[in-house]
Amino acid sequence: MAAYFFLLCGSVLLARLPLKAILLRAAVVLPFSATFACVSLLSGTTERAIGIPVKSFLSALGVLLVVATTPLPQILKALESLGAPRIALLVIQFLYRYLFVIFEQAQHMRLAAKCRGGFGGGHRSKFKAAAGALAVLFGRSYERAEGIHQAMLARGFDGHLRLLSTGRIRAVDVAFLTAAVAIPLAFRIGAGR
Amino acid sequence: MPDPVIQVRGLRYTYDDGTVALNGIDFDLYPGETVALLGANGSGKTTFVLHLNGLLHGSDSVIVCGLPVIAANLPEVRRKVGVVFQDSDEQLFMPTVLEDVAFGPLNLGLSPEEAIARARKSLEQAGIASALHKSPYHLSAGEKRRVAIAGVLAMVPDILVLDEPTTYLDPPGQRELLALLRQLPQAKIVVTHDMQFARAIASRAVFFEKGKIAAAGSVDELVSRFHWRSE
Repeated sequence: MAAYFFLLCGSVLLARLPLKAILLRAAVVLPFSATFACVSLLSGTTERAIGIPVKSFLSALGVLLVVATTPLPQILKALESLGAPRIALLVIQFLYRYLFVIFEQAQHMRLAAKCRGGFGGGHRSKFKAAAGALAVLFGRSYERAEGIHQAMLARGFDGHLRLLSTGRIRAVDVAFLTAAVAIPLAFRIGAGR
Repeated sequence: MPDPVIQVRGLRYTYDDGTVALNGIDFDLYPGETVALLGANGSGKTTFVLHLNGLLHGSDSVIVCGLPVIAANLPEVRRKVGVVFQDSDEQLFMPTVLEDVAFGPLNLGLSPEEAIARARKSLEQAGIASALHKSPYHLSAGEKRRVAIAGVLAMVPDILVLDEPTTYLDPPGQRELLALLRQLPQAKIVVTHDMQFARAIASRAVFFEKGKIAAAGSVDELVSRFHWRSE
């Protein structure tokens, strides 16, 4: 386990990512896995109780490393080729494309509210104003979704999304894959001796 | 005179809430010409252009290149009429520029290789080939507009419809857009409030008022007749 941890930390540093921030972010999974670890501990399987949080932390670290170093379109393509449901991938794709646009819109609304005194008053009126802003944002997002659908129809969309498969396996990918499989395997064999 | 590429007769359309948006529109567009659609907000211009590739269906006839705009003809009609929407963010929905521009050709049944070739060609035509692998979110307003036009050009349309194409563009962006549109040989319909742009691009104009075409003529004639200037 320690070897895997150092391998992942080394990869994080190699990718020039902030190690401390990544470790903290990966630790988000610990409260959840700790619950299951407690159950395992109470049932008397100490080894599993230690294994659950450690494995979940390492998995989260691995996922963060992939997400932070790979463009989302490539991740989605990889998930598609692994057989992930197409509809889920489409939702993620659209979410990724429009999340920033909606966030920008929310920022503009916040700024406009601030210019006119912000969400002033007590907690109750603040909550009311924020709820109103959220409703407007939802309305705008819905309108945008309608607009996007029209734009898709205008370019021949018939309900079936056809995508380009531009991904090509290159020599560097083969080298990476070999290393990614061989190194943990070597750790595993080494630990077994 | 050649046959019109778009022929509209007696078009009416009422929204679900009862608002009469179009109230008997007669309109012809001839090959190679550019017509500006002028008029106040809510006068029916955008509703009208959405009928031209079957995004809305009103009563009476809309004929595109000899094809009635009915459900059976929609794939061909949508290939022939390319619509560039006012908000480019709504038009650029794929993760990368290449994938977005290739979206239309793929829907036409082209293979991925052919779609990529088409996308590259139309991005070059629109002068934005350098953005091929960028995310649309990271482009400027002018670049987004060019990519949106490339997405439509990739379908090799006979007619281009542009809804408020100068919105969000700075003056250099507007100049570049004008130069680009002048190069394109297709017949064009341009919905605009920008009279300078309309004068520069349109060979004639029609003025929408309360869901009807109130007048037709040159941009200058309509501007002076309807006092349609900001200063």
